Amino acid sequence: MIDRTKPLVEMRDISISFGGIKAVDRVSIDLYPGEVVGLLGHNGAGKSTLIKCLSGAYQKDAGQILISGQEVEINNPRDARDLNIETIYQTLALADNLDAASNLFLGREIKKRGIVDDAKMEAEARKIMGRLNPNFRKFSVPVSALSGGQRQSVAIARAVYFNAKILIMDEPTAALGPHETQMVAELIQELKAQGLGIFLIEHDIHNVMKLCDRASVMKNGQLVGTVNVKDVTDDDILGMIILGKKPAHLAA
Amino acid sequence: MSDQGLSAPGTAQRRRVIDTLEIDVRLLGMLMAFAAVAVVFTIWTGGTFVGPRNVFNIAVQTVPVAIMACGMVFVIVARHIDLSVGSMLAMCSAIMAMSQTSWLPSVFGTEYGNPAVLAVTVVIGLAFGTVMGGVTGWLVGYQRIPSFIVTLGGLFVWRNVNWFTTNGQSVSLTDPNLLMFGGTEGVLGATASWVLGLIAAAIAVWAIFASRRNKQSHGFMVKPVWAEAVMAGLIVGVILFFVGWLSRYPVPAAKLKRLFEARGEAMPEGYTAMHGLPISVLILIAVGVMMTVVARKTTFGRYIFAMGGNPDAAELSGINTRALTVKIFALMGFLCALAALVAQARLQSHGNDIGMLEELRVIAAAVIGGTALAGGVGTIYGAILGALIMQSLQSGMAMVGVDTPFQNIVVGLVLIIAVWVDILYRKRLGLSK
Repeated sequence: MIDRTKPLVEMRDISISFGGIKAVDRVSIDLYPGEVVGLLGHNGAGKSTLIKCLSGAYQKDAGQILISGQEVEINNPRDARDLNIETIYQTLALADNLDAASNLFLGREIKKRGIVDDAKMEAEARKIMGRLNPNFRKFSVPVSALSGGQRQSVAIARAVYFNAKILIMDEPTAALGPHETQMVAELIQELKAQGLGIFLIEHDIHNVMKLCDRASVMKNGQLVGTVNVKDVTDDDILGMIILGKKPAHLAA
Repeated sequence: MSDQGLSAPGTAQRRRVIDTLEIDVRLLGMLMAFAAVAVVFTIWTGGTFVGPRNVFNIAVQTVPVAIMACGMVFVIVARHIDLSVGSMLAMCSAIMAMSQTSWLPSVFGTEYGNPAVLAVTVVIGLAFGTVMGGVTGWLVGYQRIPSFIVTLGGLFVWRNVNWFTTNGQSVSLTDPNLLMFGGTEGVLGATASWVLGLIAAAIAVWAIFASRRNKQSHGFMVKPVWAEAVMAGLIVGVILFFVGWLSRYPVPAAKLKRLFEARGEAMPEGYTAMHGLPISVLILIAVGVMMTVVARKTTFGRYIFAMGGNPDAAELSGINTRALTVKIFALMGFLCALAALVAQARLQSHGNDIGMLEELRVIAAAVIGGTALAGGVGTIYGAILGALIMQSLQSGMAMVGVDTPFQNIVVGLVLIIAVWVDILYRKRLGLSK
């Protein structure tokens, strides 16, 4: 049974500056198991920067990160992986010259007597891809030869295969067509049902209304507020993004 | 490989055969270029070019550049460059020349030519090369200085530290144990060469079918048996031809006589001996095989290619790209030291200009062999073949009396044309715009 009462992730008063500019200014957000939290805001609002200190790509200057109630230090992507935090980046973070299986297992190769076991990795890749994207066939070509949706499946497979508990998705549908977007939406529902917590960075307000349970809106590095998606309309959220104010009927 | 809708039926047919055999088309192109060079010079020299003696010489002369080119593949694949390899070779050679002739003998109080001194010398040389490369890697990886700058500086620095190490003098090297590494003075003879050739052929066949079984055990598509057999046949043919050819190159009678006299024996009437495989070529083959295994079958190799394909992806996948950079350059340094050992043994001396301009030949060999300067793409066998093509060209031109400046002009043009042809080919195939 999934315990939905204790937060999976708590980020408290996180601040990050780049050369005097406060990219993230004392922002606190949290995430519960089996929940999708949308992170919204204009370009440059600080969403990606905030989330990158959870995935280990950046280090926070101040604040605390708690995973399942324990305070943790995340200094690099390896630390994040050890905490079962997986990230699907907007740029997909795939090595274009390697095939799907090599990308899926990059940094965590299956080895047999110290030697990389390509056949075993390809077999495992075929298994997981069979579940995520049954039409996927291109296992022996570099991922540069794949379409946007196929590349996205590889990136998602990588996160799912290693039993992520916390999944960070940075605009997972930005490069995808309608059919593939639907596929990602279904996958998010499935992962949610399995009890994963998902941070979703998203620009498309309709996707937010459809996929997210809560939405945290940022503007100029600060948190405008966090709302339950079913209590608000898309206009309310747009208002928060543009004006940087919580809607009147929710303001405390 | 994308299918080309517009290609003629004949081309499509040929493409299918190539695809079934799973031959790298680029490799095929290089082999054809190599064959063209061989045929042209064979006709031009009336057959001397492919004679056992010249094949032996080309093989031996290729070794130092080819050894370093193997390391250069990793460096370039990781999106770096090493311009200092020629100077590092000179530096390692200087260290080894001085340790065996003067430093170690004076420490241990032994004569020049003591095998223990040589063993320690080789260890010192290889260790020094590795450390030199490691320092380069640290400056590039951890201090973020572009590798072009660090190694351009290294080119000047090591070349001239080399000068100071020997006071600018040439060091004559006569230790027979050292000369074993050079080529002509270190050969296996016909019998041992054949035994080794047969073992290598057996291993090659076993490896092909072991890989096939492994694929089948996971239920993947495999090539038809005839395709595997053709590949195995080709590889075995090349190995045995090479061994057989070098085993037909006789050691000159005068030299044999000298060898017998050195042992205090008389040479029997009608005694002959063949060169067979040179030890230096065996070193190159060992380096080539090991580097290929590292590139394809270890995480170290996998990470180098990942880093070349997308450095950010490698970093975000938890790969420590800084430490990786140090290892890549350290390996490059180690191979420079190994190449220095072979080079000084072949030349039987350490001269100030040893390895001069070798960095350009090494980079050219890697690039002709299909290593992309943009990173992420390259093969070890390609680099070795690239070195071989360049050496064959130079050797052939020298044999037919082309002047040295013109030889260098041709090598320079070949480098440019090789890359140009590759770009045109990729464009036609739709791999790039």
